[in-house]
Amino acid sequence: MTWALLLEQTLNGFQLGVLLFLLAAGLTLVFGIMDLVNLAHGSLYMAGAFFCATFTDWTDSFIIGVLLGLPATLLLGIAVEMIALRTLYARDHLDQVLATFGIILFFNELARIIWGPEGLVIPLPAWLDGNVEILAGVFYPTFRILIIAVGLSVALGLYVLVARTRIGMLIRAGASDRDMVGALGINVKMLFTLIFGLGAALAGLAGMMAGPIIEVNIGMGEEILILAFVVIVIGGIGSIRGAFVAALLVGLIDTMGRSFLDLLLKMLISGNAAETAAPALSAMLVYVLMVTVLFFRPQGLFAPRGG
Amino acid sequence: MIEPMLKVTGLVKSFGGLIATNDVNIDVAPDEVHAVIGPNGAGKTTFIAQIAGDLRPDTGTIQFAGSDITRLATPKRARLGLARSFQITSIFRDVTVEDNVAMAVQAHDGHSFRFWREARRDPQLRDPARAVLKQVGLDHRCDVVAGELAHGEQRQLELAMAIATGPAMLLLDEPMAGMGAEESARMVDLLRSLKGNVAILLVEHDMDAVFALADRITVLVRGRAIATGEPHEIRDDDEVRKAYLGEDD
Amino acid sequence: MTMNRRGVVMTLFLITVALLPIALVDQPFYIGLFSRAMILSIAAVSLNLLLGYGNMISFGHAVYIGIGAYTVGIFAYYEIYDGFIQWPVGLAISAVVALIFGAISLRTRGVYFIMITLALAQMLYFLGVSIDEYGADDGLVIDVRSEFAGLIDLEEGIAFYYVIFFFLLLTIFIVHRLTNSRFGVVVRGAKSNEVRLRALGFSVYQYKLTAFVIAGVICGLAGLLLGNFTNFVNPDMMHWTRSGELIFMVVLGGLGSLFGPVLGAFVFLLLEEILSDLTIHWQIIFGPFLIAVVLFMRGGIDSLLGKSTDD
Repeated sequence: MTWALLLEQTLNGFQLGVLLFLLAAGLTLVFGIMDLVNLAHGSLYMAGAFFCATFTDWTDSFIIGVLLGLPATLLLGIAVEMIALRTLYARDHLDQVLATFGIILFFNELARIIWGPEGLVIPLPAWLDGNVEILAGVFYPTFRILIIAVGLSVALGLYVLVARTRIGMLIRAGASDRDMVGALGINVKMLFTLIFGLGAALAGLAGMMAGPIIEVNIGMGEEILILAFVVIVIGGIGSIRGAFVAALLVGLIDTMGRSFLDLLLKMLISGNAAETAAPALSAMLVYVLMVTVLFFRPQGLFAPRGG
Repeated sequence: MIEPMLKVTGLVKSFGGLIATNDVNIDVAPDEVHAVIGPNGAGKTTFIAQIAGDLRPDTGTIQFAGSDITRLATPKRARLGLARSFQITSIFRDVTVEDNVAMAVQAHDGHSFRFWREARRDPQLRDPARAVLKQVGLDHRCDVVAGELAHGEQRQLELAMAIATGPAMLLLDEPMAGMGAEESARMVDLLRSLKGNVAILLVEHDMDAVFALADRITVLVRGRAIATGEPHEIRDDDEVRKAYLGEDD
Repeated sequence: MTMNRRGVVMTLFLITVALLPIALVDQPFYIGLFSRAMILSIAAVSLNLLLGYGNMISFGHAVYIGIGAYTVGIFAYYEIYDGFIQWPVGLAISAVVALIFGAISLRTRGVYFIMITLALAQMLYFLGVSIDEYGADDGLVIDVRSEFAGLIDLEEGIAFYYVIFFFLLLTIFIVHRLTNSRFGVVVRGAKSNEVRLRALGFSVYQYKLTAFVIAGVICGLAGLLLGNFTNFVNPDMMHWTRSGELIFMVVLGGLGSLFGPVLGAFVFLLLEEILSDLTIHWQIIFGPFLIAVVLFMRGGIDSLLGKSTDD
């Protein structure tokens, strides 16, 4: 184990962390404010990636692909909210879970019809496709640095939005006391649609950032959605700050576990046993983290509401 | 002197800067009706919640039937014989009146990890349930779905459930709330019929009911017990009049 | 005793299922389809114990199918085919896992409970994916079905069909007795009014946890059957979307009704079969159908059979 490798894996962990944050932010906002459990959030992540792949293909530019993909996902999110989800706010969680599960099936199939069953690749422009020397002799992919930068900027932007603006005030008010927002004479319907659209765009952005690394395919949303759930459970449902801290924590622990757990184990047990056990253990690591956090704090690290 | 059924010593509970219960001492004898009164915001609900086990006090102790229950969870307190009614009626709305009371009998009976025999045909549950319903005057409503009862009847049912657990003490949170004059009178009669057989801690807004039933009264104002005494003493207490009786309600 | 509409429908349904192999002697396709539907019915009935009676929205129930199937698969991998070893071990592991998962998740409530059951299940899914020895993503082939000392031959399709049928009837009967027992009354009370239940003196957690374990074991049985039936096992059986499908079967059939989940499982599979015959893109219809059921068909198929009774 060298320090260069450790640094590289730390950055990889951050990169996964900020992606998870982009997903979890929308999820936790929508739950905190609308009390809606939205499984279809992963579909918006997938949609963002596919939009970006298509627009990049048309325009030959990843950047334009992202710039077009963002409003496209935003609009899709708004459409989903207005057509399907709005009626679910008053329903219980079981109904929400099932209906949004139905939305996943629908979108997966729709994507299969439009883009075919094969995965798509999002090509990166040359200036993003290389490595940069972050320390003497240590190289790291430029694009991954961009992901971290984008993720941190979004986190900062969200912080400013929530802490400093009128919309943010409403969001905070909504997360702690839903009825109050209505009492303020705000058009709650519109606020909800807007927040959902924002969450959708963030999920889409996560998909666009992940696309060039992992290949865009159907079902990509289902895998990462559960990790995003783990993040918001650890962070405390409804808390953006919690989502940020937990996302980085989960990203780091997952990445570190996969990279170094076998080395650690080899110090304790025989090489063979370590090689068998390490992948299994590292696959379970973030869930163990979740269980541990919940054991001490059943409402997560930063629960906005008591009880 | 008889050992009190409930003995609360130095109870303190605060939320942030607000002190909801401020060094309260109360005891209730095994055969006593002890009423707690106070204006809105006096901390009666918080007080009841600590006795029942829904809230943990910051400091102070709660002794019940000779043992310290300060740290005990709600169900365990109930199993020791502390039964309660809620300010907002709390019953199983989707099953019959008799099913409700049978559930309370089952709680008292203590054998609930039985997986095979049909509970609804178990005479060990149904017979006592009917007896209690007769006692509270709801025996003609046994087969009605509880949610369809009139408000006053639902409160009677809730009391029936409390009685059916065979309690040593009843913790009653505004049992007359939302009742008409006639219903209230019936509830007063019912509680009077229980008097002496079971300790009762009664939180109530209806002063006629309180003065008709209580052996002693404690007045709670802004979390503090400002006076405890027999009804005539409380009625004549200047501080109580000033803080409470004279002003509103 | 007069029979209501529900009784008539269910009796006819069970007779149809019982006679199917006789009526369709040379139609292995339908016998297979019905076998599958019955196995998933067992899983759905067990899940209903949590969802419908206990108000525990467990989103990881497919895990126990995976445990059952993997037990058969791993034993077969080591060439141990004896069902008298495989099955008790499978049920025991299901019980232990349900006990651990339940003990953790039941400490929380509401949406936390949903997400934690989901995450714990997904943990086992990834465990399956990460173990190369047992085939990782591809899983294991079960080349020899469980053997029961020559008492019954599961390789024989019809015989296996009736074994499954027997276990389905047994499951329904057990759940019927359970939900009407003293224990069941408490679990159902937790759905109706948990605060009241605690105030009466019931430590609700213990009852819920027991129900959670019972449901896990019954679903583990479904997994033992499914592994044998499909002759293979893979992590996908535990994927959270499988759990979602199980929930849908229960809701489609009718939450908290005894036979509802059975009807739900059958309709689910038949619909899947019919739609996928029509178009390979059948999920584009199935997804909105699911949404429509949630929005417009409260009470599920069971509610079409008249007012619910529990007796």
